Amino acid sequence: MVPLSWYLILSGILFSLGVLGFLLKRNIITIFMSIELMLNAVNLSFVAFANYWHTHPVADKSIVPLSGQVFVFFVMVVAAAEAAVGLAIIIAVFRTRETLNVDRVNLLKL
Amino acid sequence: MVHQVLFIVFGLICVAGAINLLVQRHPISSALSLVVVMASLALIYLLLGAEFVAAIQVIVYAGAIMVLFVFVIMLLNAGAEERTRGSRMALIVGVPGVIILAGTVGWMLVSGSGRLGGVNLVGPSSFGETHAIARLLFKEFLLPFEITSVLILIAIMGAVVLGKREN
Amino acid sequence: MDTKTFIIAAVIKIALVVFIMLTGVAYTTWLERKLIGRIQNRWGPTRVGPFGLLQPLADGVKFILKEDLLPDYVHKGLFILAPMLALVMSLISIAVIPFGETITIAGHTTALQISGITHAGGGISDINIGLLIILGVTSIGVYGVALAGWSSNSKYSLLGSLRASAQMISYELALGLSLVGILLLSGTLSLREIVFSQSGNWVLGGHDTHVPHWFIFPQIVGFFIYLLAAYAETNRIPFDMPEAETELVAGYHTEYSSMKFAMFFMAEYVNMFTVACLATLLFFGGWHGPHLGFLPPIGQALLPVVYFAAKVFFFIFLYIWIRGTLPRFRYDQLMAFGWKFLLPLAIANIIVTSLIVAWGA
Repeated sequence: MVPLSWYLILSGILFSLGVLGFLLKRNIITIFMSIELMLNAVNLSFVAFANYWHTHPVADKSIVPLSGQVFVFFVMVVAAAEAAVGLAIIIAVFRTRETLNVDRVNLLKL
Repeated sequence: MVHQVLFIVFGLICVAGAINLLVQRHPISSALSLVVVMASLALIYLLLGAEFVAAIQVIVYAGAIMVLFVFVIMLLNAGAEERTRGSRMALIVGVPGVIILAGTVGWMLVSGSGRLGGVNLVGPSSFGETHAIARLLFKEFLLPFEITSVLILIAIMGAVVLGKREN
Repeated sequence: MDTKTFIIAAVIKIALVVFIMLTGVAYTTWLERKLIGRIQNRWGPTRVGPFGLLQPLADGVKFILKEDLLPDYVHKGLFILAPMLALVMSLISIAVIPFGETITIAGHTTALQISGITHAGGGISDINIGLLIILGVTSIGVYGVALAGWSSNSKYSLLGSLRASAQMISYELALGLSLVGILLLSGTLSLREIVFSQSGNWVLGGHDTHVPHWFIFPQIVGFFIYLLAAYAETNRIPFDMPEAETELVAGYHTEYSSMKFAMFFMAEYVNMFTVACLATLLFFGGWHGPHLGFLPPIGQALLPVVYFAAKVFFFIFLYIWIRGTLPRFRYDQLMAFGWKFLLPLAIANIIVTSLIVAWGA
């Protein structure tokens, strides 16, 4: 038996590392990957809570036991959509500005 | 006991991979360490008994999204990251901010964890079963599910429009 | 079954399956050269051993003894990792494939499947998501190709690996969607249960048609999409754009030599076996076949495995036959075929199948 808080702390550590990567990295692709890391961290806590509500059922009807796993599914769909559009934007930016450094992309146009 | 040891092992791999993502200068090394994080997260989902989520974690995240990242890095032939003024600014402002964020999250979790119990290793019989998730997805969450398909469609069209060369 | 017996059984099964698989891979190369030779009106290997049967052994010795070149300016870690990743990922998918129902040796009943678990009561349980594991492992296998090209630090390798990974990502979609029809009909993701749902004969309008209850008959469109997409996934003719040895410089493995090259080679053939096994399990009823009552008990026990092996052999033969028959696609034709023909067709197949399933329910 693993305390639920362990999963939440792991999730928190991964999320903070994702935020740190988002702020510190200058390469636009790595920044994007940091966002994916944050989404993954959130998914972990969703699954942990889904398991928790599955093993500790409550009378409250507003809590659907497996909904955590369904939310992970939605997060993945959003992440996939985001990756497709984001990478297309990155390719478009690279075509015109020839760089992936976010500090060089400082004009309000492509 | 086995559950705890496995959790600690894969949790440490996750954290090590995430730190490596920050430390590495070349985007492809960062991408590969993110793949490691995702794979060990999939194993943690298996520990939680969520086998369907573990499978789609590998198929969608590690197998599709990250392959796309690696593909774009290869396509653009991206080199190692360069240091600029912006990175120093981010370092000065960002690191304390993240420490405060991590501290707050950690404090909330630890102070609230007394009320939370533990999670068990649930057998594959009931928890992660694909049927149960499908039933929930197509009955209770039908509208959000349909909306995500519209979202995906819009994303595809957006990617096609952005990817087109302007003549 | 206690833990000790389980571990012993698992180790024996793994060793046996890996041995048979790698021998099979070696002799598939022999069979391929022999058959292609006959198709092109020549002999194929004849010198080493009778009918050239020792040729795979000679090839293996040659691969081991060749100098293992490590070109300058490659990314060393990834250059070594890539072929291993490709081979390991192709071998992992064998672990979830059931080769037959059960076998009883000296009182121990065990599933003919590495990941099959025997319970205390004698029941066998399979991994619930066997099919998803194969799809996941296949999609991780793309990294082997992508990293090989990138880490080689050579233009030809990079272009080859971009070509190969774009092709594999594109056809993965059609491959996954072509299997949805099977899932709708069987209602499970476990490979063992998909095979069980194909036992017996089709019953139409209340009377037995004597046609085996295989999913190929309702899913013939899905089967062809699967077969075409799988040929593209395994980089075989008519979709062998990543290699195209007669037209382009060899693809992502241009800079590889010796055992590292052999690993890519083996990964390709193991993937062929996975595709053949999966086609057998999903569309051709796995180990089911006509019941032969006149055989002795040992023959009865081994019959399902023989049926399975025969069906897999047929698909391996088909691979080689098609290689000897069809020309290669052009790259733009290949991509257009995948996206504009196979993908819409797979989606149409899903819609029609689900309507029929809903009608029957």
